[in-house]
Amino acid sequence: MNALPNDPSLKLVRDMLRVRMIEEAIAREYPKGEMRCPVHLSIGQEAVAVGVGAALERTDPAVSTHRSHAHYLAKGGDLKRFYAELFGKEAGCAKGRGGSMHLIDLDVGFEGSTAIVGNTIPVGVGLALGTQVRGENAVTCIFVGDGALEEGVFFESANFAVVRKLPVLFICENNNYSVYSPIRVRQPTGRKIHEFASSIGLHSQSHDGNDVFSVAETVKAAVDDVRAGKGPAFLEFATYRWLEHCGPYYDDNLGYRPEKDVAEWKARDPIRVAEAKMQNHPGFSSDVMERWRGEIATEIDAALVFARDAAWPDTATGGDYVYA
Amino acid sequence: MLDAPTSPLAFVDAIRDGLDVAMQIDPHMICYGLGVDDPKRIFGTTTGLAEKYGNGRVFDVPTSEAAMTGIAVGAALRGVRSVTVHQRLDFFLLAMDQLINSAAKWHFMFGGQRSVPIVIRLILGRGWGQGPTHSQSLHSWFAHVPGLKVVMPTNAADAKGLLLSSIFDPNPVLFLEHRWLHQAVSEVPQGDYRLPIGQARVVAPGTDITITAMSYLVPEAIRAAEMLAKHGVSCEIIDLRTIRPLDLPAVSASVQKTGRLLALDSGLPICSVASEIVAFASERHFQSLRTAPRRLTMPDHPEATSFALTRDLHPSGESIASTVSDMLALPHRFARDPKAGPHDVPGAWFKGPF
Repeated sequence: MNALPNDPSLKLVRDMLRVRMIEEAIAREYPKGEMRCPVHLSIGQEAVAVGVGAALERTDPAVSTHRSHAHYLAKGGDLKRFYAELFGKEAGCAKGRGGSMHLIDLDVGFEGSTAIVGNTIPVGVGLALGTQVRGENAVTCIFVGDGALEEGVFFESANFAVVRKLPVLFICENNNYSVYSPIRVRQPTGRKIHEFASSIGLHSQSHDGNDVFSVAETVKAAVDDVRAGKGPAFLEFATYRWLEHCGPYYDDNLGYRPEKDVAEWKARDPIRVAEAKMQNHPGFSSDVMERWRGEIATEIDAALVFARDAAWPDTATGGDYVYA
Repeated sequence: MLDAPTSPLAFVDAIRDGLDVAMQIDPHMICYGLGVDDPKRIFGTTTGLAEKYGNGRVFDVPTSEAAMTGIAVGAALRGVRSVTVHQRLDFFLLAMDQLINSAAKWHFMFGGQRSVPIVIRLILGRGWGQGPTHSQSLHSWFAHVPGLKVVMPTNAADAKGLLLSSIFDPNPVLFLEHRWLHQAVSEVPQGDYRLPIGQARVVAPGTDITITAMSYLVPEAIRAAEMLAKHGVSCEIIDLRTIRPLDLPAVSASVQKTGRLLALDSGLPICSVASEIVAFASERHFQSLRTAPRRLTMPDHPEATSFALTRDLHPSGESIASTVSDMLALPHRFARDPKAGPHDVPGAWFKGPF
């Protein structure tokens, strides 16, 4: 393992680069047909995950969605077991039972991601209720997308979190699309998600989701407030997914989103944004980026070998774990 | 615990007693649902708990069935057991994603790393105009889903014993209480009395036919057996007590002895628990069967509200006895005593409204 940077800003950039490269490797390897499960990549959205991961304690619980690779990795989830899960192997983080959409690493507080939109929202609120009942000092982080705000269970769960003043932090990545459906056909014109959340009683803000430094700072302040008992909070981050909703490819040939938008958001690549801001930062240079790329590529190669060589689950165990 | 002293309790008081015992044993256990600390206390099943354990552990909630179910799952992941309650099962249908995709799957889909010890109490309505959406007995739905356990106690002692076992079971348990059984009194062991989940009970041994029943159909089956006994017919009644896991060995033993099977179901006929039991007996004990097994269930339509439309809707002592007589090629048929009270209440104690 290479020494990771101590400087928080350097670490944020390296962590983003690492998440990006891990997902690019999935996109590269996916056509080989070894990862036989749906994958929802978050290339272009890394700043939110990495900023949140930096602001949470390892012991703070987090739950997430179908698009959770970056959240899992930024929380500190194990890379080898992540890839092994996508390969359907027994060594996977969910022993091959869950695949890409059901990630878990309890060693770092990543309590689980699930596949149904909005499904983990009340589970996260329940984790927070559990910490409150047990008198534990923890902030539960619930990752959602803009689509989850349209699920009734979001309102129900947020309402209860406010009623019981639970230590919950909602992180909303608003990437404007639910599969191919733009937000303008799903939510009324003029509505702002963070205002909607605020109307329920959550302490809400809206921010740029492609600037990792401001994300980290904003989330840290919110986490501190929630931990101090000020009640549940909601942070909306505007960001954009580059690839198709599900799968390893670009799909802008389908024409479902304006080319201009895609170009503008790609110009605001969170890694490039960070690089630009780091130009004069001590210890940062294009050489350092290159060194990191090399280190991360080595780590990825080893993890892919691990996943590829790992054993399949025994077919006869397909009915295991139904009951505890 | 067989030697534990007992006291006579109504079903509702046995539930309350079971909750109280569990909350003493587990200092983190919580109990919530719409009305748990309201003036009526869920038909008296939560009386005194809020005062004894405080609002942090016993509390009323928003009208949010889906979220409150998922919240129970999340709390369980953090080591906090819960008993939640819905005054009618029908409202709980709003929570199917959290039940089926979260509670039932969590242990499986994450490779056994976390279990979900939760209990969801669902009260079944019937009669007094409960109608299409306050009277559904959907235990067969839940029994279809691996990862869930489904319990349907018939009497006060079983209610307490199965409730305590459900609470301390590491899996999600649906606990279905029939509103018409709430005032049934029986001797209930005091203290931490637990009855294993998944064990049926032979209510009355018999030799001519096996009748499997659950919940409110157990007392109806007992009435039928009493009517038939006068004609020399001996019925073996099995109270299933648990719907998942089903105690199929108990069914096997009985069917092999009697050679006849009538499977009762308080729900609808298609894909019912009765269907499952008949299928099981036909596959496993075809050679033992002396006549075709039968089912007796609700008709294949919803329960209407009108007093007139609920007459003869549910299997009754009379319809069960008549069916058994038919299966035995006997001439006896049984009709409801016209002097009996109205058909849409369990007894004079039930004055509505729900």
